[in-house]
Amino acid sequence: MKYSYYPGCTLKNKAKVLDAYARASALALGFELEEIRDWQCCGGVYPLGSDEIATKLSSVRALADARDHGRELVTLCSACHHVIKRVNDDMQNVADIRTRANNYMQLDTPYTGETNVLHFFEVLRDRVGFDALAKKVVNPLKGKKIGAYYGCLLLRPGEIMAFDDPENPRVMEDFIRALGAEPVVYPYRNECCGGYISLKEKEMATRMTDTIQESASGFGAEMLITACPLCRYNLNMTANGLPVVYFTELLAEALGVKEGIEA
Amino acid sequence: MQRIGVFVCHCGSNIAATVDVKKVVEMAAREPSVVHAEDYPYMCSEAGQAKIAQAVAEKGLTGIVVCSCSPRMHEATFRKAAERAGINPFMVEIANIREHCSWIHKNIEEGTEKAIILARAAIAKVNLNAPLFPGESRVTKRALVIGGGIAGIQSALDIADAGYEVDIVEKTPSIGGRMAQLDKTFPTLDCSACILTPKMVEAAAHEKIRIYTYSEVEKISGFVGDFTVDIRKKARSIDATKCTGCGVCQEKCHSKKSLSEFNRGLGTRSAIYTPFAQAIPNVPVIDREACIKFKTGKCGVCAKVCAAGAIDYEQKDEIITEKYGAIVVATGFDTIKLDKYDEYAYNQSKDVITSLELERVMNAAGPTKGHLERLSDGKHPEHIVFVQCVGSRCSDERGKPYCSKICCMYTAKHAMLIRDKYPDVKVTVFYIDVRTPGKNFDEFYRRAVEEYGVNYIKGQVGKVAPQPDGSLLVQASDLLDNKQIKLKADMVVLATAIEPDPSVRPLATMLTASIDTNNFLTEAHPKLRPVESPTAGIFLSGVCQGPKDIPETVAQAGAAAVKAIGLLAKDKLTTNPCTAKADELLCNGCSTCANVCPYGAISYETKLINDHGIREDRRVAVVNNALCQGCGACTVACPSGAMDLQGFSNRQIIAEVDAICR
Repeated sequence: MKYSYYPGCTLKNKAKVLDAYARASALALGFELEEIRDWQCCGGVYPLGSDEIATKLSSVRALADARDHGRELVTLCSACHHVIKRVNDDMQNVADIRTRANNYMQLDTPYTGETNVLHFFEVLRDRVGFDALAKKVVNPLKGKKIGAYYGCLLLRPGEIMAFDDPENPRVMEDFIRALGAEPVVYPYRNECCGGYISLKEKEMATRMTDTIQESASGFGAEMLITACPLCRYNLNMTANGLPVVYFTELLAEALGVKEGIEA
Repeated sequence: MQRIGVFVCHCGSNIAATVDVKKVVEMAAREPSVVHAEDYPYMCSEAGQAKIAQAVAEKGLTGIVVCSCSPRMHEATFRKAAERAGINPFMVEIANIREHCSWIHKNIEEGTEKAIILARAAIAKVNLNAPLFPGESRVTKRALVIGGGIAGIQSALDIADAGYEVDIVEKTPSIGGRMAQLDKTFPTLDCSACILTPKMVEAAAHEKIRIYTYSEVEKISGFVGDFTVDIRKKARSIDATKCTGCGVCQEKCHSKKSLSEFNRGLGTRSAIYTPFAQAIPNVPVIDREACIKFKTGKCGVCAKVCAAGAIDYEQKDEIITEKYGAIVVATGFDTIKLDKYDEYAYNQSKDVITSLELERVMNAAGPTKGHLERLSDGKHPEHIVFVQCVGSRCSDERGKPYCSKICCMYTAKHAMLIRDKYPDVKVTVFYIDVRTPGKNFDEFYRRAVEEYGVNYIKGQVGKVAPQPDGSLLVQASDLLDNKQIKLKADMVVLATAIEPDPSVRPLATMLTASIDTNNFLTEAHPKLRPVESPTAGIFLSGVCQGPKDIPETVAQAGAAAVKAIGLLAKDKLTTNPCTAKADELLCNGCSTCANVCPYGAISYETKLINDHGIREDRRVAVVNNALCQGCGACTVACPSGAMDLQGFSNRQIIAEVDAICR
């Protein structure tokens, strides 16, 4: 099974491990991530402006490319996933944006939101299945108490992201369980880490990550996992906080493919 | 050819100020068949009606057009006047030159022109009118009340006291409904059970009332005055005629782990059970899904201990078919599910409960015997936070757009009762608005604030975060202080929105009664007919029609009963003659009309038809005049033009349109 794959800039830079472990794990699980040719930066937060067009085009290009290959589009980074999923929703439902984007793009076949966008977690849950994943685990992460950190971008707005229940999600806990570890449920797992505010008002962002970190360790977590490079960056600002790792690293470890990967 | 009289009303200056009535008279007089035309300041007055009678006598009128206000206002008046003058009342047409003309126009020329056109259309229609004669249908003098809560009980008692037979159908094992679950009632704080149980007993003892509990309405056919209803009496597994209600079977039952519906799942009950101690009837039922005997074939301890020999494992559901003249719907409400409101941690913490659950916690017969304690660890709480409008007044699809109406008052009640009984407990209430209209309601709320020191904060709660130490951190906004606040609480109580009981939807389909987007039953008129369904013979009692508290419910239950009594008091019903009629020569039996008929009034018969000398059996549509409400849907749907509405035939309507376009 092949999926079109949109990595995003950070995964080629600061978050190389997120990308590398995902690809290796995918192969171990019997599917392949084929990187889209000539992909561009998703635009970060800019494409979310309703009057923005130019910054949405990167997503449209990636989506149309997946469509032309007849594949679903898989992402890893929460922010890229958020942007692409929302642009796709605009292309499906907002006539004005659809028309203007297609006018810019001049594609052979206009793009109208046909591509299905999946986060890597959704591939694990809905395509591979957590039961099947559990069976492929060779190094069960027994005894590890892991707190899932969802952040906000994967979950909200709930009706567009359609990822999980935004107020009480469970996909990451199910994932942790499939790897043989013990998920720790704590109430701040779906709260914002502060996002880009950490660049401007570091104190405020630290306050937010402190709450998350304290809550997770209070409930007995020994480490946190995330899918988002920015969340990881922010959560690491908390002094003496729990270690934060990408979920793909644990996946690769459990599947026994971690060794020898250049990261 | 008709002989038509036209009567133009001034309605004081209501019409005459913007319509030149003399001109209307002059132009109407020129229309074909018009033999008389005049105007008068108030046609609806006795003198005005006398003018109609006089013209009928003098000019031998066969049809009448009154140019006046809306037919909703005075059509009946002028029809009666015509009848007294010896003309069939359906030979009267109203041209509405007030609401449709003078009131909405400012320019007298334009107003006059439109009034003339409306008069012309009415004249064209009367030219094609034919006398119509209402039919009659019989009335079965028995009422059915669906739902045995306070609304149903009150309606049944009122109907029975008027001397009519009433059957109550209740789906749970006991009557009593939601009110039986409440601890105290606002604004007087009297004990709910103390005022409800006497009414339950009265209903049970009333010689005119039969109560079918653990029963559901399965099928309804017929029409106003003559409904036929199938009631499924579910197998109780107990012979009610033998059971003495001693309760030994419940004590000895080996399966005691089923969640108690009556206690909102906060406590357990046995498999053989009565929902609560004062249940009526005091006859238990066996929950066959929980019963060990039914699951494994072994056990049977209840049969062994029953001295009366009342246990009957072989009992089967029974269908009772009964006829009724009127049906009162009193299906009540439930609280909404909180699955979509996980930010309040209802599914994550036992100490986050709904207000209805708090009623059970506060009740002496409840799961904590009336002691206020945390359900997680039984500890006495120090701080309780109430959150109002959970799912009410909600702008997205998670909740309900309406105000549930009762929550502000019961939250004030809970807060006050807790502060009264446990002065050491701090109570905070988060609200959007406090809405307390009602007799002694606002005074009650102010007492909670001023005398009992309940802390009201305007703002919504964003998150309830369970803490590692078992407490709850409530994150909220204080709108008056413009601050984000965090409060540590031991319990959180959610004033959860109420919605119509889910059983109302299939029931409405059976009744062909309309429901709104929120599944509340629709009333015939929001102001003037608030307790009647648009479907004749169906009356609305209690929250099935909209959120309301106990006094309002009881008032509406009484009103619904009076409407039902008014119907049952009649021996015969006059049917509206403006019903659909199929032209058997044109009908090809295609069923299109029956498929669109909202009232189930159309059926098919095979009849011997003589079509211009060709005699053959054909399947043709037949309209039941008692069921047909004259909506006209079938006349539009009929592909062969066979369906016509009497009094509003296709020809008449086309004639009106032609007259307008002339």
